[in-house]
Amino acid sequence: MSDIKNSASTVDDTPLLQAEGLSKWYGRQLGCRDVSFDLFPGEVMAVVGESGSGKTTLLQLLSAQIAPSTGRVCYRMRDGASRDLASLGDAERRFLFRTDWGYVHQDPALGLRMAVSAGANVGERLMAVGWRHYGRIRSAAQEWLDRVEIARARIDDPPATYSGGMRQRLQIARNLVTNPRLVFMDEPTGGLDVSVQARLLDLIRGLVAELGLAVVIVTHDLAVARLLSHRVMVMKDGAVIETGLTDQVLDDPREPYTQLLVSSILPV
Amino acid sequence: MNAPAYNFAYLDEQTKRMVRRAILKAIAIPGYQVPFASREMPMPQGWGTGGVQVTAAIIGPDDVLKVIDQGSDDTTNAVSIRNFFVKTAGVKTTTSTAAASIVQTRHRIPERPLTEDQVLVFQVPIPEPLRFLEPRETETRRMHALSEYGLMHVKLYEDISRYGQISTSYAYPVKVDGRYVMDPSPTPKFDNPKMNDCAALQLFGAGREKRIYAIPPYTRVASLDFEDHPFEPRWAPGTCALCGATDSFLDEIITDDRGSRMFVCSDTDHCEIRREAAASTPQAVIAGRSTAPNPQSSSADDHEVDSGFRPEAGPGMTGRR
Repeated sequence: MSDIKNSASTVDDTPLLQAEGLSKWYGRQLGCRDVSFDLFPGEVMAVVGESGSGKTTLLQLLSAQIAPSTGRVCYRMRDGASRDLASLGDAERRFLFRTDWGYVHQDPALGLRMAVSAGANVGERLMAVGWRHYGRIRSAAQEWLDRVEIARARIDDPPATYSGGMRQRLQIARNLVTNPRLVFMDEPTGGLDVSVQARLLDLIRGLVAELGLAVVIVTHDLAVARLLSHRVMVMKDGAVIETGLTDQVLDDPREPYTQLLVSSILPV
Repeated sequence: MNAPAYNFAYLDEQTKRMVRRAILKAIAIPGYQVPFASREMPMPQGWGTGGVQVTAAIIGPDDVLKVIDQGSDDTTNAVSIRNFFVKTAGVKTTTSTAAASIVQTRHRIPERPLTEDQVLVFQVPIPEPLRFLEPRETETRRMHALSEYGLMHVKLYEDISRYGQISTSYAYPVKVDGRYVMDPSPTPKFDNPKMNDCAALQLFGAGREKRIYAIPPYTRVASLDFEDHPFEPRWAPGTCALCGATDSFLDEIITDDRGSRMFVCSDTDHCEIRREAAASTPQAVIAGRSTAPNPQSSSADDHEVDSGFRPEAGPGMTGRR
């Protein structure tokens, strides 16, 4: 027991992802301004704010899809060395994106290949890292469909025939099949009805806990933040205005804007 | 305009130099698609303008040209391209694979093994093997650059999950010299093994898409597959009705509207040589045999679909492997 604790604490000492003074300007238009934080392994951080507050820009900066105007993002690789994402080559960055990271889009059509079967969607990352045995790829895909509660009989159906909630679960399976350590989620429950949302959130929470994933989740839904995240970062007009533990920020908001956000939740 | 009205093999010398530079680069990087400034040719794109430009760039007055279309020397495409070079270069032409120094082909590789003195020129419609999986050219180029070929296996995976086997039967993707994945143009996958370690130089020209690529002689060409679903060349389970060959690639010809059909060699030169040899040896009885109408083969109408030929085709079709 003490061994596990010790090894866990030594690992957790160093952050997995570090953002330092991140800013992004689209010409004269501000995307986000001076964002800094550390994300530790197994930690779930929610970025909340209204539309246009820079949440998605921040997520794209963190996942190296766009280059920051100033500041930098460092990621601790599997070998333990922390590397600036800007210093990685194209090949390394894409490899990272396919193996150690996941990216769950709000619109599953962006994250899935809608015309190929669910099994191939899940298996694509495995084939990309060199799996060449059909039977093993298929059984890995089957196992993941089980974990995200999609019936095995649907393995050969393309996601175009799936419902919105199933597509989102399939997208999660596709991302997690290579055992990533860090997953970015952009409004994963957007556009789903509440009962499907609840089931999806339950699933994500279970997987995150089970696999010890670090997650950066962007959402405008404070209920999602409360259910999933350990920490919350509130953004407004491209800047972080408040950050802290989830219950602290949501139960005892300090900034007027956060207070407004929290009070805007519709009571059921 | 003081350009000469005529130049050997249609293209002007500057254009030929440009095409040759692209060819040299293609040979230096096996399987890599080299862009080139494809010219308008006096025939429609899709009729082999890429192959014609490659042939025009490498042909000399002493060359002997053979042109085949689906293995045949006497279809419209083959005849008109052969006439084009007779008219513009005055070269000798032949239908014999052995006698040719340059073979321009659409969709087949001759059955007779090629030699070091020969060049095989392919007409390519779509050079990009990843095209139907990834529509963005910028992205496919990056995927080639970084050897990200996982997507190619997604296609093969789909085949197996749908049809129980890799059903891609033509334009079957290959990996050249362990590096670039290449589309061997729409040749049947039966011909893929002939590309491997081939003695002849193989050049591929895509006129509309403006790409040239190459396989140098004696280069490793591996067809992509899975460990538990290895690559298998396929061909019609039949016997050539003219020469009796069982090991050549066969075309199925429908002979009337009541379901009668016969198989004949797709490579006409190969078939003729075998028939001549059989005629000079009286013991050979199979020559000229025709296949009787087969009532049970009416369910085999789906030969044209991508799933390839069905091994359980009816009786009377011998020579199945």
